[in-house]
Amino acid sequence: MIEDIELAKNIIAKRIAREFKNNQLVNLGIGLPTMVANHIPQGVNVILQSENGMIGMGPAPEPGKENPEITNAGASMVTILPHGCYFDSAMSFALIRGKHVEYTVLGALEVDQEGSLASWIIPGKRVPGMGGAMDLVVGAKNVIVSTLHTERGKPKILKKCRLPLTARHVVNMIVTELGVFRVTPGGLALIEINKDTTIDEIRANTEAEFIVSDNLKTMEV
Amino acid sequence: MFDKIINKNDFTGLIKDGMVIMVGGFLGCGTPETLIDLILASGAKDLTLICNDTSFVDRGVGRLVAAKQAAKVITSHIGTNPETGKQMVEGTLNVELVPQGTLAERIRCAGAGLGGVLTPTGVGTVVEEGKQKITVDGHEYLLELPLRADLAIINGSSVDKAGNVVYNATTRNFNPLMAMAASVVVVEAEKLVEPGELMPELVMTPGPLVTHIFKSEKR
Repeated sequence: MIEDIELAKNIIAKRIAREFKNNQLVNLGIGLPTMVANHIPQGVNVILQSENGMIGMGPAPEPGKENPEITNAGASMVTILPHGCYFDSAMSFALIRGKHVEYTVLGALEVDQEGSLASWIIPGKRVPGMGGAMDLVVGAKNVIVSTLHTERGKPKILKKCRLPLTARHVVNMIVTELGVFRVTPGGLALIEINKDTTIDEIRANTEAEFIVSDNLKTMEV
Repeated sequence: MFDKIINKNDFTGLIKDGMVIMVGGFLGCGTPETLIDLILASGAKDLTLICNDTSFVDRGVGRLVAAKQAAKVITSHIGTNPETGKQMVEGTLNVELVPQGTLAERIRCAGAGLGGVLTPTGVGTVVEEGKQKITVDGHEYLLELPLRADLAIINGSSVDKAGNVVYNATTRNFNPLMAMAASVVVVEAEKLVEPGELMPELVMTPGPLVTHIFKSEKR
């Protein structure tokens, strides 16, 4: 296992960033998914959406250049790049549900081998609300879940989610610090593995059943 | 003369206990803070608030929740305002959580004169409970119904005296949608200009939708 959580998160972010192609519209969730933006390869121009109403979102402003009228979906002040534009929430979610967003990357409380995701509520404990997550996972062309492989020793990739769902059967890819899984019609498939782990270690830390791809590759990070 | 400009007393006179109020803004960005001040000062109770999120305890619509002036909120996210969750658990505040895109469309369809919208969002989750499911071309959708309000309070960056509104950057969010879905629409104008000063091509909310204009007292 990779014990250093910051290292693990960076492995995940770096791997996801390699999925994108030039000029794709991408929505990154708050937290770990936001880190993906720091790893997008040189020469790949990805257009970032923030669902509160902009595309072409740039990095955090330099000190002294903050503008409280330019914020992201987590209320942090951001910048807009020259190709960007603003719109209202109906347009923002029309872009999302209308399959105009190529990738959405978001975190998970639980994700399962059928591609269902639970990410918005722990009944009786934490009820933040779903925000835009339900629309994003239903609407984006590709749904990538970014998550540490386990939380406090417990697997995050389950046979079936136990918490209330964000959506069912929507996840295409799951990226953890140990490997990359694809949700296929034939079930969950491990398609890439971190060179610092083994299939046995992944099995021991995954509740879901998965097949190992015939074409298993080393995770490039 | 459009005669839309109102003062504090005029605005306070519009506020009634039990009203349904839409409040523009996204985590406080693009919220009419002076109008929130006036609703706080009015002491109005049992309000139903329709808002993207309940912001923070000390910012935007979150202040009305913290002051216990709401009986119900219809919103997509309450995680940044611990007061909302606390009152929900105590049973003093009814919280209806709605996916953000669905909330936007329910408001938009009310303002556009439609009887509802069909969305795939929420199918197979608790959101579908109690809702009609309709299959179109083999795909399942939920019928989501229009949301209207007695009053919408919105924040305009530049407003002319005819009520035309321009919103800067990400302050736009739910403001133009709410401006179409309420019986009375009050815009808090950060900058108030004469008709003709805004480029017609750039106006985001057409003037006739705005019933009243209040000159902001923010900075």
